Amino acid sequence: MAQLVQFLLAGLTVGSTYALAAVGYTLVYSASGMINFAQGEFIMLGAMSASALVAAGMPLLPALLIAIVFTTLVGIALAKLAIEPARNASIVSLIIITLGAGQVIRGAVQLMLGKGNHALPGLSGDQPLSVFGAALAPQAIWIMAVTLVIVVGLMVYFSTTMHGKALLATSHNRLAAQLVGVNTMGILIFSFALSAALGGIGGVLLAPLTFTSYDAGTMLGLKGFVAAALGGLGSAPGAIVGGIALGVIESLTAAYVSSSYKDAMAFVLVILVFLVAPQGLFGAKTTDRV
Amino acid sequence: MSEKTPSLGLLFLLAVLAAFPLLSPGAFAYDLAIRCMINGVIVIGLNLLFGYTGQISLGHAGFVGLGAYISAILTACFGWPPVFALLVGAVATASLAFVIARPILALKGHHLAMATLGLGIIITIVLNNEMDYTGGSDGMSVPTFSVGYWTLSGDRGWYLLLSACLLATVMAALNLVNSPAGRALQAIHGSEIAARVAGVDVTGVKVKIFVLSAVIASVMGSLEAHYLEFITPETAGFGRSITLMTMVVVGGMSSVGGSLVGAVLLTLLPQALTSLEGGETIAFGLILVVTMIFLPNGLVPAIRDRFARQRP
Repeated sequence: MAQLVQFLLAGLTVGSTYALAAVGYTLVYSASGMINFAQGEFIMLGAMSASALVAAGMPLLPALLIAIVFTTLVGIALAKLAIEPARNASIVSLIIITLGAGQVIRGAVQLMLGKGNHALPGLSGDQPLSVFGAALAPQAIWIMAVTLVIVVGLMVYFSTTMHGKALLATSHNRLAAQLVGVNTMGILIFSFALSAALGGIGGVLLAPLTFTSYDAGTMLGLKGFVAAALGGLGSAPGAIVGGIALGVIESLTAAYVSSSYKDAMAFVLVILVFLVAPQGLFGAKTTDRV
Repeated sequence: MSEKTPSLGLLFLLAVLAAFPLLSPGAFAYDLAIRCMINGVIVIGLNLLFGYTGQISLGHAGFVGLGAYISAILTACFGWPPVFALLVGAVATASLAFVIARPILALKGHHLAMATLGLGIIITIVLNNEMDYTGGSDGMSVPTFSVGYWTLSGDRGWYLLLSACLLATVMAALNLVNSPAGRALQAIHGSEIAARVAGVDVTGVKVKIFVLSAVIASVMGSLEAHYLEFITPETAGFGRSITLMTMVVVGGMSSVGGSLVGAVLLTLLPQALTSLEGGETIAFGLILVVTMIFLPNGLVPAIRDRFARQRP
């Protein structure tokens, strides 16, 4: 029993970070109908820049804040420099542009900080807590709590603020939103900034649990996308459910089936879900326009 | 090479292939040329799927890896003749591609990108984990390529074999894209519904072209494994898939000549950047972004269009 609780807690922790990544995808998808394949690199960038600052002797909290702000600025730069000039391009072109931008971020981090693994201290020490006989790192509680706060914050933002409603309107019909006076390009850039910030937050929270390195972003980003797709692209609650479900399934696979194949689980799962229900668990059914 | 004057382009390619050995290149130059040709053939296959038919595949290196590893395992562990191993690899890859093509190609846009990407990653994970046969992430060595008692060795031999493969692929691809079947591919790219209305068996055509490009990748993977005599799961990795995709995009979507230009440029580029750790990744990324923004159709079609416009 304690063992099962342990696996579930581990899954919940990892799942929360997948959920954070998934919410990042969801934001950009909502604002523009595109998937930002560089989202995983934002997570890596947040973690790596924070660990570099801490290694340079900066106190933890300011280092985390600067890392998150820096990641946000990179997100804005990506939207301004690469997405805005190509805003009328096809979805496939945009996918390739974000893939390319992700490569640039990854290469730049490798160039500046090298190939090695980097560590980052946790927010409240490493002494594990005991929950129903299972060990839980205090950092895991931080991750879950922050994820929860962010999701609730986003839901409030979407349903009560004018800006949030403008973002939703843009996702439903960009042209119509433009006609009623929404600055859709501004919304797009804002969504990139926000999703980069979320990536940065996820990165600095996750890094203390695992090590981080220049190539950690790819897999995390893909898992986040899988989580977003499981929950239904564009749905914030779906992203949370998808992320947690993915984390728990992975953890149980590692425990009871094969630890070396746990990473494959996400991709098997996403292909299966696409085949059965392409719109995911919570996503709206869409129809193709001819 | 313009698709409208395939014979001229073919002659040019033939001249380049014939002239190269006359320059008495060293072992390094031969090696680069052979790598360019291997990538060139794979990229032509990928371009048929992605450039012409509009079906994105972010896991294409997975098929290269399948061919490479099936050849490597059957020859190294079971002592099979390389030609049989290559054929078995091609048949196995074709079967896998055929089984998954129908469900996967029913997806579009992001979903297709994600599903193909996932497929490639699953293949890489399997190759990394089945240590008993594949040697895991350390890779495995592969015997030389031989038929009966005759062993293919030396740069010249490989150069000849791959020149033949390349010429055959280019001729077949040009033939295909200028045929009614080729126009069906481009019709699907334009609009699937319009293609269906015009009587194109959209699903059937997509499945066929997916299987074809997978088999091309698999055969080239087998040859690459025997040529390099050593392979790692990187052969099938996400990075390789992105590189192949970059070659299509930079050289030119829907262009056989563009595929070759892209393959040559991006096979040679890393050689110029090896001194810079991470520089190669940055350069690839920047090239992808800049090409997509300024030349969404790639180099060769852009140049072709410019010339076409200047003509009276």
